[in-house]
Amino acid sequence: MSGAPVLEVEGLSVDIDVPAGKLHAVSDVSFCVRPGETLCLVGESGCGKTMTSLALMRLLPPRATLTARRMSFEGRDLARLSERDMARLRGDRLGMIFQDPMTSLNPVYRIGDQMEEVWLRHRGGARAAARKRAEFLLERVGIINPRQRLDQYPHQLSGGLRQRMMIAMMLMCEPALLIADEPTTALDVTVQVQILSLLRDLQQEFRMGLILITHNLGVVARMADEVAVMYAGRIVEQGTGREVFAAPTHPYTRGLLDCIPKHGQSAARGPLGSIPGIVPSLVGEMSGCSFRNRCALAHEACRRGEVALAQAGADHAYRCVLPPGQARGQAPAFAGGAA
Amino acid sequence: MIGFLLRRLTIAVLVAITVSIIGFSLLRLSGDLASVLAGENATPDDIARVAAQYGLDRPLLTQYFDWLGGALTGDLGRSLFTSEPVSQLIMERIGVTVTLAVLALALGLLVALPLGVLAAVKANTWVDRAALVFSVAGQATPNFWLALIFILIFSVQLRWLPVSGSDTPAHFILPVVTLALSIMPSIMRLTRAGMMDVLSSDYIRTARAKGLSTTSVLFKHALRNAILPVVSLAAVQFGFLLGGSVIVESIFALNGVGYLAFQSITRVDFPVVQSILVFLACAYILLTLISDVINAQLDPRVRLS
Amino acid sequence: MSLTIADPGADAFETLAPSPRALMRRRALSHPGLLIGTGFLALVTLAAILAPWISPHDPYAQDLSRRMADPIWGPKGEWDHVLGTDALGRDVLSRLIWGARLSLWIGFTAAVIAGLIGSTLGVLGGYFGGRVDSAVVYLINVKLALPVILVALSVAAIAGGSITAIILLLGFLTWDRYAVVTRSLTQQLRERDFIMSSLACGASHARIILRDILPNLLNQIIVIASLDMALIILIEAALSFLGLGVRSPTPSWGLMVSEGRSVMFFKPFLIMVPGAAIFLLVIAINMAGDGVRDVTSPEGRA
Repeated sequence: MSGAPVLEVEGLSVDIDVPAGKLHAVSDVSFCVRPGETLCLVGESGCGKTMTSLALMRLLPPRATLTARRMSFEGRDLARLSERDMARLRGDRLGMIFQDPMTSLNPVYRIGDQMEEVWLRHRGGARAAARKRAEFLLERVGIINPRQRLDQYPHQLSGGLRQRMMIAMMLMCEPALLIADEPTTALDVTVQVQILSLLRDLQQEFRMGLILITHNLGVVARMADEVAVMYAGRIVEQGTGREVFAAPTHPYTRGLLDCIPKHGQSAARGPLGSIPGIVPSLVGEMSGCSFRNRCALAHEACRRGEVALAQAGADHAYRCVLPPGQARGQAPAFAGGAA
Repeated sequence: MIGFLLRRLTIAVLVAITVSIIGFSLLRLSGDLASVLAGENATPDDIARVAAQYGLDRPLLTQYFDWLGGALTGDLGRSLFTSEPVSQLIMERIGVTVTLAVLALALGLLVALPLGVLAAVKANTWVDRAALVFSVAGQATPNFWLALIFILIFSVQLRWLPVSGSDTPAHFILPVVTLALSIMPSIMRLTRAGMMDVLSSDYIRTARAKGLSTTSVLFKHALRNAILPVVSLAAVQFGFLLGGSVIVESIFALNGVGYLAFQSITRVDFPVVQSILVFLACAYILLTLISDVINAQLDPRVRLS
Repeated sequence: MSLTIADPGADAFETLAPSPRALMRRRALSHPGLLIGTGFLALVTLAAILAPWISPHDPYAQDLSRRMADPIWGPKGEWDHVLGTDALGRDVLSRLIWGARLSLWIGFTAAVIAGLIGSTLGVLGGYFGGRVDSAVVYLINVKLALPVILVALSVAAIAGGSITAIILLLGFLTWDRYAVVTRSLTQQLRERDFIMSSLACGASHARIILRDILPNLLNQIIVIASLDMALIILIEAALSFLGLGVRSPTPSWGLMVSEGRSVMFFKPFLIMVPGAAIFLLVIAINMAGDGVRDVTSPEGRA
């Protein structure tokens, strides 16, 4: 596509110590992101997408341990960097935006101060230069009167403005990769669209790689170059956005897509889909397909061994024992799903 | 901000008046002052004479307004024992008590704040547990007992420090350490709890995602937020130190307001006792008012609302 | 109890979570502080209840021929007086056991009185809000402004050292923490759906407070009561130490320290032993209280 990947992840796993044992929050996840390209990580809450992003930033909670064969970012292996070197990358080459802009900003410091310190930390120099940069970026993310805003405190700004400010703050040093964890979930619908287009524009302008974490397939359809669908800590389907949407292959992906209401869909045309059952426990060792207890196509073979990723197209892989044709199956795909 | 201050000020004045009424009535209603003053073998005539002499036979309200009227003009009455003006007795001794309280608070904060931060940063390690043991033990140690142990060790065994009196700076060391130890546990616990809370907050994750150094994350971003409740606690503790020094001042015979209060209580010198009581209550009210203002200065959400 | 899931991965292992009660039992049994605290507290309580039968001597009996006898670890210690005798030749162990009775009794009853006053005010203020709440907040502010030790000392001095007077006094001086906590918890509960639905069903205020609110506050009230009891025991000891609380010859730990003070340079054990008793009892109560809080609300210890 467009040049060498900015980030290549191979075999990333995150385990969390819980009283009952080891919780496998993320298991053997691999993907890559190219400059100017968007990778969407999709899945239900608890599927490991947030843990994956925190692992990339090396901001995992203390009880979590990270293992990876390779997490190569601009020629360096993130999994093996010292904490000191990692801190130098964060905010400089790697940025991250969080879900809730209401709580993600320090309430006792001015906007300007919080933005400037990113520049001062990584670039040093005079505060005036940092301030100039902050003002420029606030304007760039669509905030009017940036100069006045710099002197305000977070609680004086609306949620949408705060998220814009958060984006501007993470762009202070023009990172090569930006991770956005559900950046619009806490915002009003009208504001959501603005923030997404803003992210898209900025990504093109700065040629950034973008990892967008979301549970909203509408957002994926709008933003994704590449998609990775996660379930129970694993990637169950991955490929270009176009292929995954055109030919969803893993039963779980199709289940997710069935859950989106379509315009004009009425009871006569069939009820809205839903996926029965709950996500299995991720504590302890497991074998077989982790989706089998919720899958209408499950059979004996799903219990055994590791299910490997199989090719479904040129740039399209899925994790199911059935061949693509059968996995796509015939309706009904789910025990209690669309009839 | 001005409205906030005015409202707080009005409440403070009302609370001060209520407290003075309570303090005043408590001394008169918890027993018959006149008969206590007249002594054990007093005849009813003696008691009546004592009551008349000190105006205790008048209605309570009259007594109160007399006293309040005097108090507002700076006349707190005279000691029954030495006949000196109460205000003078207090003024002569306030320096010792305030010195004691300021030093104890400073020492307490100096130890407890870093310890609380450390315990939070090293949560659930041996450092945290040691700090917890220290705070549990500190909270359970009666300070009069601790004072006696200090005297036994440092004055009697090691002969480093004087037993009692208030002549030299060395006389202040043991009382200050005793008082400081009594306020450390709560300050440490609150700092630890506040830091734990703040460290798991989203904005600390943001600060780390910005690549800031550990020092900056801990001291610029976390402590500044965690310290807000500690400011209020410190004000309360300062009030406690002013009043709580009764015990420590008596043991070390430091000639401060607390010792005066204790002596006056045992002599039923009620004009002195009630004045000190109301004086300390007003000091407490003033301190909480100041801590509210400091908090507002530290927290823009309060200041700008 | 509200259960907040902060861990992003938490919902993934919801399926295997055991029932809250079983979890609580498991936490209780694996909480050393709770076990040690309640264990020691139970031991002291038992000794206090059985004082008339287990104390080796009459706590008031003076034996002037055996004054300040060494405890068993001293050079001339004898098993007859395990913890030695005081300046009047009274058996220290017996006085300690009877003193435990007094400390626990005063601590318990005063904490109950304070709990009744504070919780009533807190719940009323939190539930009804408005003027009732302003009045409650005002009362709390007034109470906080009173210098506790000084008020206790002066009232005790005038009222005399009767134990009932001390209990009432300490009950009326330590209710603030109950009021502050129950008030804010009630405010939070008031907004919850199940209270709203009770209201919508036409339940009376009294019924809602007694059936829906109080049961939800009970754990917290118990935790505060333990802290309050520890505080009361400390204040009682201080009052008695200064000679204005429990009066001689009643065996009170604070009084024992005070009596030992005049001879502490020759016989330090006479202040060490009763002081250590206060220290250990208060630690045990605090550990038990902290344990109950950890077990019932594992979200945080403060």
